[in-house]
Amino acid sequence: MNEPHPQTNFARGAVLLSLEKIHFARAGKIILQDINLSVCAGEIVTLIGPNGAGKSSVVKIALNLCTPNRGLVQRRAGLRIGYVPQKMELEQTLPLTVQRFLKLTPRHPPASLELELEHALAQAGAHQLRDAALHTLSGGEMRRVLLARALLHHPDLLIMDEPSAGMDINGQAELYRLLQTIREQRRCGILLVSHDLYMVMAATDRVFCLNRHLCCSGPPQDVRQHPEFVALFGQRTAAELAIYHHHHDHEHGLHGDIQPSPPGNPPHEAEPRGV
Amino acid sequence: MSLDDFVVRALLGGIGVAILCAPLGCLVVWQRMAYFGAALSHAALLGVVLGLFFHLNLQLAILLVSLAVSMLLALTRKRGLLSSDTVLGILAHGSLALGLVLLSILPGVRLDLLAYLFGDILAITRVDILWIYLGGLGAYLALAKIWRPLLSLIIQRDLALVDGVNERRTRAVFLLLLSLVVAVSMQVVGILLIVSLLIIPAASARYFARSPEVMAALATLFGMLAVSGGLGMSLLLDTPTGPSMVVVGAALFALVAAVASLRRL
Repeated sequence: MNEPHPQTNFARGAVLLSLEKIHFARAGKIILQDINLSVCAGEIVTLIGPNGAGKSSVVKIALNLCTPNRGLVQRRAGLRIGYVPQKMELEQTLPLTVQRFLKLTPRHPPASLELELEHALAQAGAHQLRDAALHTLSGGEMRRVLLARALLHHPDLLIMDEPSAGMDINGQAELYRLLQTIREQRRCGILLVSHDLYMVMAATDRVFCLNRHLCCSGPPQDVRQHPEFVALFGQRTAAELAIYHHHHDHEHGLHGDIQPSPPGNPPHEAEPRGV
Repeated sequence: MSLDDFVVRALLGGIGVAILCAPLGCLVVWQRMAYFGAALSHAALLGVVLGLFFHLNLQLAILLVSLAVSMLLALTRKRGLLSSDTVLGILAHGSLALGLVLLSILPGVRLDLLAYLFGDILAITRVDILWIYLGGLGAYLALAKIWRPLLSLIIQRDLALVDGVNERRTRAVFLLLLSLVVAVSMQVVGILLIVSLLIIPAASARYFARSPEVMAALATLFGMLAVSGGLGMSLLLDTPTGPSMVVVGAALFALVAAVASLRRL
C-alpha cells in the first residue's frame, strides 16, 4: 500500500466546524488567544503544538464540553461528532465487554445494530476484541475500540485526541492509512491532535500549529517552513521533516518495510524516528 | 403463615429492601461512593429527629435531609480546598452528632435510639412494607430511565457528554434514588449498616459478572440470601437481626472472594 498522499485526492467539502476568534481563560490564566480554525467535510486537519499549548482545550471547545470566554463556535446543523479520547480510566469493578460498551451508545436503530457493530469493529481492526472484557485491553486495542465506537455513530466529523500516542512508527503508519480510508469511504472530516510531527506532515491536509495562539496554519509543506514553526519545534526538526517529505515517494510494504524506490529517486537515508 | 406473622413481614420487608438496594449498590460501587452512602445514612438520624419534632412522615423527613446533604456536598465539591472524603466525613459525623444532640434537647422527641442505629426489622408493619414495595417500584422505574446514561457517564464522562447525556439530571435522579433507599432501608438494618446492604452484595456479585446487568441481578440474589439467612440466624441464635444480616452477607462475600482467588491460582 502506498504512503498516504492526501494532497492528490482531496477535495474540500462544506465547512463542518469553525472556531472564530476564540479566547479562553481559566482561573485568570489565558489558555487560548484569538484562535481561528475550521474543518471541512472530507478533510484531515491536525492540531500540533508543545505540551501546554492548549490543544486539549481546543478539542473540548470543539466538542462543546467547554465554553470559550469570547469567540464564535459554529457547527453545521445536525452535525454528528465521533469523539475518540486519548484514554479511558476504567473502573475495574464495572464488568463490561467491548460489545456491550459499543451498544451503550444511545440513539441507534436496534434493527441494524448488530451489522453496524460488526462493520465498525472490522474497519477499526478490532473485530477479534468483540467479546473481550474492556478492562483487559491494551492502550492500542482500547483506541481501536474507541474508534469503532465513534464510527458506529456515522460521524460527519471525527475528533481524535493523540490517536497515535504510544505507537511505534509502523503502528502510526497503519493508523494514518486507516484514517485515509475512513475519510475516503465516509467523506467525514477528521480533526486530530498529535505530537508526532512526522506522520502528521505526511497524512494531513491542513496543519494548525498552536502555542496558546495560532502560530501558523496551512498545508504541511507551507507550515514546515514557517518561521514560527521552526522557532517552536527547532531548526533540526524542521529540516528532518523536509527530508522525510522528500523521501515520501518510496513504497512501504504492509508491515512498514521499505520497498525499492523507483529509479531516479535519491537513495534512502536514515528513516526518521517519531518524536 | 400470614402477614400477621412477624417473621413473614420481616422476610418480605427485608427481601424488598435487598431487591431495591442491589442495583443502586452496584452504582455506588462503580462510582466509588460507599463513603457518600455512609454520609447519607448518618444524616438520616437527623431526619428522624426533625421528622418527630415537626410531626412529619419519617421517611419523608429522611428523604428531605438526605437531599439537603447531597446538595451541600455537590456545592462543596465544586470549589474545594478539601478532598471530598474529608467533606463527607464532616457532613456524616456532623449530622449524626447534630441528630443525637437535638434528640436530647428537643421537647417531645422520644425514640428508641438502638432501633434506628441498628434496625428493628422484627417490628416492621404492613404500612412499612407497602412503603418499601411502592417506593421500590418507583425507584426501579426511575432507575430504568437513568441506567444507560449513568453507565455512560461512569465509563467515560466526556464521551457521554458528547453523546448528549444530561449529566445534571441523571446524577440528580441517582442521588434522589439513593436517598430513597436510605429512607426505606433504615428500619431493616439501621443507619449504621445501610451501606453494607448496598455494597456487600454488589462486591460479591462482581466476581461472577460479565455485564453490568448480570452484576445487578447477582447482587439482588446475594442481598436476598443475606437478608433471609440473617433473619434465620437471628431467630435461631437470638442475635440482633440487622447485624446478623450483615454478618451473613459479609460471610458470603468472604466465601465468594476465597473461591475466586483459589480458582485464579
